[in-house]
Amino acid sequence: MTTIKNFFATRWGIISVGAFIGVFAQLLQKWGNPANMGICVACFERDMAGALGLHRAAVVQYIRPEIIGFVLGSLIAAYAFREFRARVGSAPIVRFVLGAFAMIGALVFLGCPWRAVLRLAGGDGNAIFGLLGLIGGIWVGTLFLKGGYNLGRTQKTHTSVGWLLPLIMLGFLVLMLIFPQVQGQEKSGVLFYSVKGPGSMHAPLIVSLVIGLLIGFLAQRSRFCTMGAIRDFVLFKQAHLLLGFITLVVVAFIVNLILGQFNPGFAKQPVAHTMSLWNFGGMVLAGLAFALAGGCPGRQLFLAGEGDGDAAVFVLGMIVGAGISHNFGLASSPDGVGPYGIPAVIIGLLACLFIGFTMRKEVA
Amino acid sequence: MSNIVDARGLSCPQPVLLTLNEMKKINKGEIIILVDTDTSKENVSRAATTQGWNVKSVEPEGIGYRITVSKD
Repeated sequence: MTTIKNFFATRWGIISVGAFIGVFAQLLQKWGNPANMGICVACFERDMAGALGLHRAAVVQYIRPEIIGFVLGSLIAAYAFREFRARVGSAPIVRFVLGAFAMIGALVFLGCPWRAVLRLAGGDGNAIFGLLGLIGGIWVGTLFLKGGYNLGRTQKTHTSVGWLLPLIMLGFLVLMLIFPQVQGQEKSGVLFYSVKGPGSMHAPLIVSLVIGLLIGFLAQRSRFCTMGAIRDFVLFKQAHLLLGFITLVVVAFIVNLILGQFNPGFAKQPVAHTMSLWNFGGMVLAGLAFALAGGCPGRQLFLAGEGDGDAAVFVLGMIVGAGISHNFGLASSPDGVGPYGIPAVIIGLLACLFIGFTMRKEVA
Repeated sequence: MSNIVDARGLSCPQPVLLTLNEMKKINKGEIIILVDTDTSKENVSRAATTQGWNVKSVEPEGIGYRITVSKD
């Protein structure tokens, strides 16, 4: 156990996890997931919000087993290596708000950091603006961190507190098994499904779940985090996590070339729009919110799996944020930003600045 | 007498930030960092090595770890 434990904390450990995600994200796309969306934590949580009826955008409704796998895979790894620690109490309401605005920003761009690099690896030039925005947002976040921003300490708590999000995910899986998709039907029992659009495109349930579990396991061991990759480099010149993130994009690109999934250009890219300023702006918001919350959306799922109840609240914030995004017309579509997307980004940035400037209390 | 950084209950990147601040403050000597997750243990150890500090010991303490780093 010790050898494996040390391996994933090493440079080659994080590189191998980045490579694993790069390969399987593209294979998931080949096996049925939407184009340049083999894995997208924001999009997939948005699809889950749709499946639950928290929004009624008909083309994005599906409980994504990858997300369930991320949380449960991390839970298994945390128990296997005695790292499960139930903890809560570090400003949960702030984490909820940050999660909601992170999702709103990500859906203006149409992707989380994971999908931003998968879009780039697929040849979508618009992703460059999203990635620049992500870096810009995280950079602003590091200024707050240098200025003493923090959300305070967590407290140790009942083990069952740490189990709640994993149990919710397990509940979603059970719902999928009780109410499976019926061909051509928009509803099965209590769950909504998409008959067309990205929500209708998915790899077989078992394949998605197993890959999700494996990624969840590996990411918990290696602490893989796309936001942390950029933040640590900006803040400490520490390139450890960045190596994993870069490996992900390089491997994803190579696999796309092999599978014939690389189509360079800006116009008519899958599930993307060409409004560069708002591809940038949406991800400034998302990047800043992730930086203030201490983790990218994937990392929040892995943290929730190892018992972090505050990360779990961030996840719920993202799912609710997805509902708000689609119900209020904030989310973009291939035609461009939604009718209220731009003001929402501005409000989100103001909210993040408020949080960053006012939560600088010294740690006791 | 060592300087103590209590980073228990703090999440990423606070334990590393506090450690680096302490290193800047005392420049050399010994620092003890208390953390409560394996992630923080790894991050603090990695950051210390990168900064040219020596990780003298990592001992379990309570539900976390007590990391001692030093620089001559």
